[in-house]
Amino acid sequence: MPQSAIEISHVAKKYKIEHGAKPKYRTMRDTITNALLSPFKKGNKINQNEIIQPRSYRFDSSGHLLWALQDVSFKVKPGEVVGLIGPNGAGKTTLLKILTRITYPTRGSIDLYGRVGSLLEVGTGFHKELTGRENVFLNGAILGMSKMEIQSKFDEIVAFAEMEKFIDTPVKFYSSGMGVRLAFAVAAHLEPEILLVDEVLAVGDATFQKKCLNKMESVGQEGRTIIFISHHMPNITRLCERAILLDQGNVVMDGPAFEVVGKYLSNALNTKSAIKWEDKKYAPGNHIVRLTSVRILDEGFNTRDHFDIRESIGIEMQYEILADGYVLYPGFSLHNEEGQWLFASIDTDSEWQGKIRKPGTYTSIGWIPGNLLSEGTFIIGPSLRSDTPNMVHVYEQEALAFQVSESPLDTISARMDFAGRFPGMMRPLLNWETLIFPEA
Amino acid sequence: MEHPIEQEIPLNKMELENFHVHIEPVKGLVELKLKEIWKFRELLYFFTWRDVKVRYKQTLLGASWAILQPFLSMVVFSLFFGRLAKIASDGFPYPIFNYAALLPWTYFSGSLSAAAHSMVNSSHLITKIYFPRLILPISAVVSGLVDFAFAFLVLIGLMIFYSVPPTIYVLLLPLFLLQALITALGVGLWLSALNVRYRDVRYIIPFLIQIWQFASPVVYSSTMLDEPWRTLYGINPMAGVIDGFRWALLGADPPGIMIWISVIVSIILFVSGVLYFKKMETTFADEV
Repeated sequence: MPQSAIEISHVAKKYKIEHGAKPKYRTMRDTITNALLSPFKKGNKINQNEIIQPRSYRFDSSGHLLWALQDVSFKVKPGEVVGLIGPNGAGKTTLLKILTRITYPTRGSIDLYGRVGSLLEVGTGFHKELTGRENVFLNGAILGMSKMEIQSKFDEIVAFAEMEKFIDTPVKFYSSGMGVRLAFAVAAHLEPEILLVDEVLAVGDATFQKKCLNKMESVGQEGRTIIFISHHMPNITRLCERAILLDQGNVVMDGPAFEVVGKYLSNALNTKSAIKWEDKKYAPGNHIVRLTSVRILDEGFNTRDHFDIRESIGIEMQYEILADGYVLYPGFSLHNEEGQWLFASIDTDSEWQGKIRKPGTYTSIGWIPGNLLSEGTFIIGPSLRSDTPNMVHVYEQEALAFQVSESPLDTISARMDFAGRFPGMMRPLLNWETLIFPEA
Repeated sequence: MEHPIEQEIPLNKMELENFHVHIEPVKGLVELKLKEIWKFRELLYFFTWRDVKVRYKQTLLGASWAILQPFLSMVVFSLFFGRLAKIASDGFPYPIFNYAALLPWTYFSGSLSAAAHSMVNSSHLITKIYFPRLILPISAVVSGLVDFAFAFLVLIGLMIFYSVPPTIYVLLLPLFLLQALITALGVGLWLSALNVRYRDVRYIIPFLIQIWQFASPVVYSSTMLDEPWRTLYGINPMAGVIDGFRWALLGADPPGIMIWISVIVSIILFVSGVLYFKKMETTFADEV
């Protein structure tokens, strides 16, 4: 038995860029005129039509070659579910196209052990004139299923798409939603050992999306190797154990999905999990108190900016009290990505209530319990307040930020088995009871 | 921690070795990978089936279209070339003389055109799914055989009407049909690969077919040419195919040495077409 399902070693892919971003096609006239004019085009004159690509693209010195992938190597074990993430133009789709053999690498090699199926785009090869039934067979064959296989799964596919009534109607009479549903149903019943998926989950209405996500999860649990590309990070952390972050055609990070997603999001959003003001003169505050450092930490007191939804999150504040005689309280505000103020918290430690804090250095931690926040990005604003006089000495509204996501652990969370998009700004784990029910 | 995803996958060694795929940059000589086309034969069947089904569904007249097209051409040609221009027809009634040529010609021109457009018309597939690209032009020329079968029924009717009995050489007819097929495929492969890169090829196709028809003995007989010109005429492979059809079906003069020249040209077109197509195949998805 091979050690890996997928072995990618030093894969690079180069694209030629000619006059303009990417010409759809050439005409002979272009070729002929280029050939005739080229003697007069000596030197590195820049063509007027040349479109400058965003900086994330990688050109060689002449500006005509784009290295969509530079040097990508990694291995995937059988049964692993790997998320491929990265900004637009990082090379995710190019890599998937090479894996599916649609295009070839310029350098390097890939070994795949097992049948490969891809969901690059659902409904590829659907023909409007043919009926739903005929399209199921055609599409199945295009995706690599044998006729026998399609026949044996036909009823299941139709039932999954909820299309029993219209299966013998030509697809041209379908609404676009119906077509997509049928197409996904075919694709979802493909049973390769290696499945490559690119954002197909964005299809259909909310209910259907949920159904697709559940199907993906069950496929993953059947021991299939999956490479999954998505821009929706909660889906990555939920479906994948491992994630690979691509940027500029290189593997930037490879590890547990949860950590890689966290790194990617904090880079993309430029969030910080700790601030320390080295020079106390510039630390926020006044002659009474100054905030000297603040950080976000986990239960092991390690600085982190990314948490599982079940974990407690600590907000640690270090402050120096300069004047005697004040009753001071540390606290913080918590906002979500959209700027909505979810809550504020102040020191509730009974030992310090109404007590004057002597000058000196203090460290206080406030804990946000697990299973309280929803998935997403949260912004912490540390504050220092006194009662007499009632005054806010320090408030840094957007000092720090952290991510919360949900990884596929076997411990309980408020989501339970629900696979779709879970609404709400908070997600507390509440107690539920059913008190009255009919006897069995 | 118990994890459902960490189960061993239920596959034995044999199966995995069967499905091992190695991907690396393409370099040097082209590999034909005929085995792979055999592996994808079901897809070839489905593409052919789709082409036939769609063609007969889309048109009001359905299957009768395959009959009407050569039949009406025959009527028009018979009027102008048979009646008015009085072109010699090797002693056969002009309609049947002409129809015996229109039969392979209609198949050839239709298949050539379908094969030449096959890659560009399926660009949505080429950029999304892997399969041996050769399947597309092959299915285009194979699905034309259904039209050919319908049109053949008309020929049987004409032979009964004009009481022209078939010769024993009719058994060789499939070989001439095969020659028409590989010629259409060979030229179709050249054009379809060129069409991906140069979109003006599509304007050349109808023009090419029109010129080619006049260069082929469809409305006239190749016996109008004296030797050695008739033998040289075999450079047009369709001249050989058409003469072969007339010989096998009606008992016209055997095509002689000219048929061998046309067969050689057909094979050259076919082999070079396959090689050129395979050479271009790796870049189709990036260019189409």
